[in-house]
Amino acid sequence: MGTLPEPFARWFTARGWRPRPHQLAMLEAARQGRSALLVAPTGGGKTLAGFLPSLIELAGADAGERLHTLYISPLKALAVDIARNLLAPIEEMGLTITVETRTGDTPANRRTRQRQAPPQILLTTPESLTLLLSLPDAAAFFGGLRRVVVDEVHALAGTKRGDQLALCLSRLSALAPGSCRVGLSATVAHPEAIAAWLAPDARAGSVAQVRATGGAAPALDVILPAGKLPWGGHMGLASMPDVYERLRRAAVSIVFVNTRAQAELCFQALWKLNDDNLPIALHHGSLTIEQRRKVEAAMASGRLRAVVATASLDLGIDWGAVDQVIQVGAPKGVARLLQRVGRANHRMDEASSALLVPANRFEVIECRAAIQAVAAGEVDGDPPRPGGLDVLAQHMLAMACHGPFHPDELFAEVTRAAPYAALSRHDFDDTLRFVEDGGYALAGYERFRKLFRDSEGRLHPRNGHVVRQFRMNLGTIVETPLMKVKLRGGPVLGEVEEWFVSTLEPGQCFVFAGRLLRYERLEPMAVVVSPGGEGEPRVPAYAGSRMPLSTHLARRVRAILADPRQWRALPEPVREWLRLQRHASELPDREGLLVETFPREGRWFLVAYAFEGRLAHQTLGMLLTRRMERMGQAPLGFLATDYVIATWSAFPPTDLDHLFAEDLLGEELEEWMADSSMLRRTFRNIATIAGLLEKNHPGQEKSGRQMTMSADLIYDVLRRHEPDHILLRATRAEAAAGLTDVGRIGALLARVRGRIRHVALDRVSPLAVPALIEEGREWVSGSAEDALLAEAEALVEEATDGADHFTGSLGLEMLYPPAPEPRPPRTRRPRPARRASHRLRHGAV
Amino acid sequence: MISAPFHLAGERLALDPAGVLFWPARKLLAVADLHLEKGSHFAMRGQMLPPYDTRETLARLAAPLRRYAPEQIVFLGDSFHDAAGAGRLATADRAALGALLAGRQVCWVLGNHDPVAPAGLPGEAVEEFRLGPLVFRHQGVPGSGAGFELSGHFHPKASMPTRCGPVTRPCFLADARRVLLPAFGAYTGGLAITAPPIAALFPRGGRAFLLGRERLFSAAVGPMRHLAAAMAMPAPEPTSIA
Repeated sequence: MGTLPEPFARWFTARGWRPRPHQLAMLEAARQGRSALLVAPTGGGKTLAGFLPSLIELAGADAGERLHTLYISPLKALAVDIARNLLAPIEEMGLTITVETRTGDTPANRRTRQRQAPPQILLTTPESLTLLLSLPDAAAFFGGLRRVVVDEVHALAGTKRGDQLALCLSRLSALAPGSCRVGLSATVAHPEAIAAWLAPDARAGSVAQVRATGGAAPALDVILPAGKLPWGGHMGLASMPDVYERLRRAAVSIVFVNTRAQAELCFQALWKLNDDNLPIALHHGSLTIEQRRKVEAAMASGRLRAVVATASLDLGIDWGAVDQVIQVGAPKGVARLLQRVGRANHRMDEASSALLVPANRFEVIECRAAIQAVAAGEVDGDPPRPGGLDVLAQHMLAMACHGPFHPDELFAEVTRAAPYAALSRHDFDDTLRFVEDGGYALAGYERFRKLFRDSEGRLHPRNGHVVRQFRMNLGTIVETPLMKVKLRGGPVLGEVEEWFVSTLEPGQCFVFAGRLLRYERLEPMAVVVSPGGEGEPRVPAYAGSRMPLSTHLARRVRAILADPRQWRALPEPVREWLRLQRHASELPDREGLLVETFPREGRWFLVAYAFEGRLAHQTLGMLLTRRMERMGQAPLGFLATDYVIATWSAFPPTDLDHLFAEDLLGEELEEWMADSSMLRRTFRNIATIAGLLEKNHPGQEKSGRQMTMSADLIYDVLRRHEPDHILLRATRAEAAAGLTDVGRIGALLARVRGRIRHVALDRVSPLAVPALIEEGREWVSGSAEDALLAEAEALVEEATDGADHFTGSLGLEMLYPPAPEPRPPRTRRPRPARRASHRLRHGAV
Repeated sequence: MISAPFHLAGERLALDPAGVLFWPARKLLAVADLHLEKGSHFAMRGQMLPPYDTRETLARLAAPLRRYAPEQIVFLGDSFHDAAGAGRLATADRAALGALLAGRQVCWVLGNHDPVAPAGLPGEAVEEFRLGPLVFRHQGVPGSGAGFELSGHFHPKASMPTRCGPVTRPCFLADARRVLLPAFGAYTGGLAITAPPIAALFPRGGRAFLLGRERLFSAAVGPMRHLAAAMAMPAPEPTSIA
């Protein structure tokens, strides 16, 4: 183990620091010219360890004026923050090292200047890196690169942004063969896979793995609301008085929640209680960047007592002074819980402490399971999945925009990236053909092709339009259509999803950005609001914002439920809930399968407590609904949580032994799956990333809803005429990775054969309540819709004696009034027809 | 497939679940908004949509042609996605279209997407087409002076509430003066019938016929005057009118 050279040793001493073993180990790896992965808990001085070798090299003589170190972070804000943190030691040691950031927010003139005179250290994001690599002068720009630092590797590997970055890293290695890579990661379940992801040759062995030792185990505690423990819901509002009390007692707290809607509600609830006028702020991903920066700056300078935050604060920015973390709602995964807990007391040798605030009874058990798992040193998470062909397609276009390439060379380069190490030449070639002219079996687009091949077989973009189109559509994040929320005569507050706006009527109020707002009117791309409003406010929800519970925790929850001896560790209301379940229905046991059925709001529900985790339940949901369709039960949809699979149908589910029979797996699944909302959604994302569909651009007339619609139409036509097209193959592969292997379902069905406990109830059971309010419902499109339409039509006919003089908008609207006693239709007053227009569904729950 | 009878100007018309309209007395089939060659239109601009939309649309059209064996076909405009669309037809698709039209009288009502006669195809192209008491237009004309009218252009779709939530389908929309046809093309999306431009055609409401697999599902639609008045709101355009 070496020591630090001057002036670094002096600088460390002056601050009362000693170089930590992992910092020295990273230096050693750099001396040997090896790539290195540093795995350390939050607050381990990770960032400095990653940059030290660069700073030492650059401090030495003759570093040159070229780009030396590239730093890539998943967050723009993190890049900006790191720049600030790097400048301090550089100035204090009197070094002359240039550090700059380059993100989507960087002004055009600075970008141009950076290309002419690059800084020695450049901090950027995967998207900005892709853009840089697509420029014609990328080779010169990156030619002198020595080191690439990838921060928060665990948050990138296995995602589409990670796929994109892995391909870019491969290109960087080709442009600067002598450069080596440094990865910084939180504790992960699969360090070998992360090391392979980072390696220049996709082999974990080529990377030096450095682990920061130490780190005291965090102290975790659960707080329950003083009053009644809620049955369901994930908001945790009942606990806000207790949370507020804790905020008063601590100097600086972060209150982490799981969704943006929850953040808004908790923030409101805390301010209602805030008699002491504590400075409490709100931070989530839908607020404007300016707003978020303001909150971050206030937090950093110690002007805030607490901030209510979502995952937008999970990563990165180091505030040092936070002394309490409160997690409201179940933590969902051990790795994420540890990451959040690590935000307090950013010093490795002190134990962090955190409070868990379960929002409902199931979450109490979940919190208990999480504490057990942390104590057992268990970390959850799946290994990174193989790279997506849609991302590859985008990368191919980027590379063509940089300069002509030969397919053989690009294939070699791409397969050096771990996510694509197993890519077949066949898939590579099909993807390339897709980029060239759509790659359809039916020739016809020859003359419209995007890339052309020269006599040596190298590919060039057809014209400047292709290059511009690529730049406009770059990136792997496909957003749900959003609309700006604009205060009348004031600033933009942030963004909400378009479908939420479509459910609002003028005059209605909702909570956003921590304020009560009244919906005034719609402008193109913006919702105009005014402060205030009356009535029960609504809260914008955002699709797909909930984290799934890890399968590790699901297993622990199941064990606790099945073992009444473990109940003693649970608070009384939870025990009472479990006793109620035992009374009203049954408790799921270890061996058999408990299945409850009950009617609710005109639908028949089936809830099976399989405890196989969400992915296995997704698959099971597909299988069950398909069989229900065959049995004439007209399934409408299903919901897979980590604990249960629930289906709902127009007619009651019967003959459960047949429904769950083992031959469920034998039948052909593909056709049924292909029609599901899950595959349609997957196709839409893949088609957008691959460049078949254009992304949304603010101000353009094509709205996101139209994109959704055309993606569906295109999917149907393509599926029918070329089912083996590369994009459909990619869609199926991605969906299959989201579904678990059928083996696990087979084992479940075999295990429970003859042991299915069917409990027919007249209403929902205590245990099913929390599960049924989960999000993430899937629709199936069988015969149910037509059956329902026929039924609704017949009912109106009956109610009106076939007369044709309804006054409502769509007469049927009043068939199922919320009032308990329906009055005869002819005496009903006409309702404003606009209500009907707002009943249109746009895909979300 | 069961069609729904509908009377307009004393004439009996059949609304078909495939989204076409048949006039038995005249052996006439009307179909709106095929948007043929929409895929290649986008491909020209660098967006390589699957080139199968024309093939798919023609395959869908073949079934009602077999069933009704009309002597006359009236296309209600936007039959091609752009003026040059007919020129881009693949050989096989051109042959298939020719076979569908062979031996029938063909009338191409011109639309905003295809303001010229389709090149090299049989039939006559007209701004509007009159037969008996009925007038066939691309875009309906609001008010009562428009005659008894069949039109397309708007790609109407409607949501019907059911006990398990609303179900949305393309639809016919009709009252005593006019029938608005759903868009027929494979790449055509829809516009809600409550959107102001459609509401303006049906201020007093009417009856919607939602397309089902085997039959239509009908529901009364109440007055939409105030919706028509809301034209000040940004009016969403049907998908294909981009």
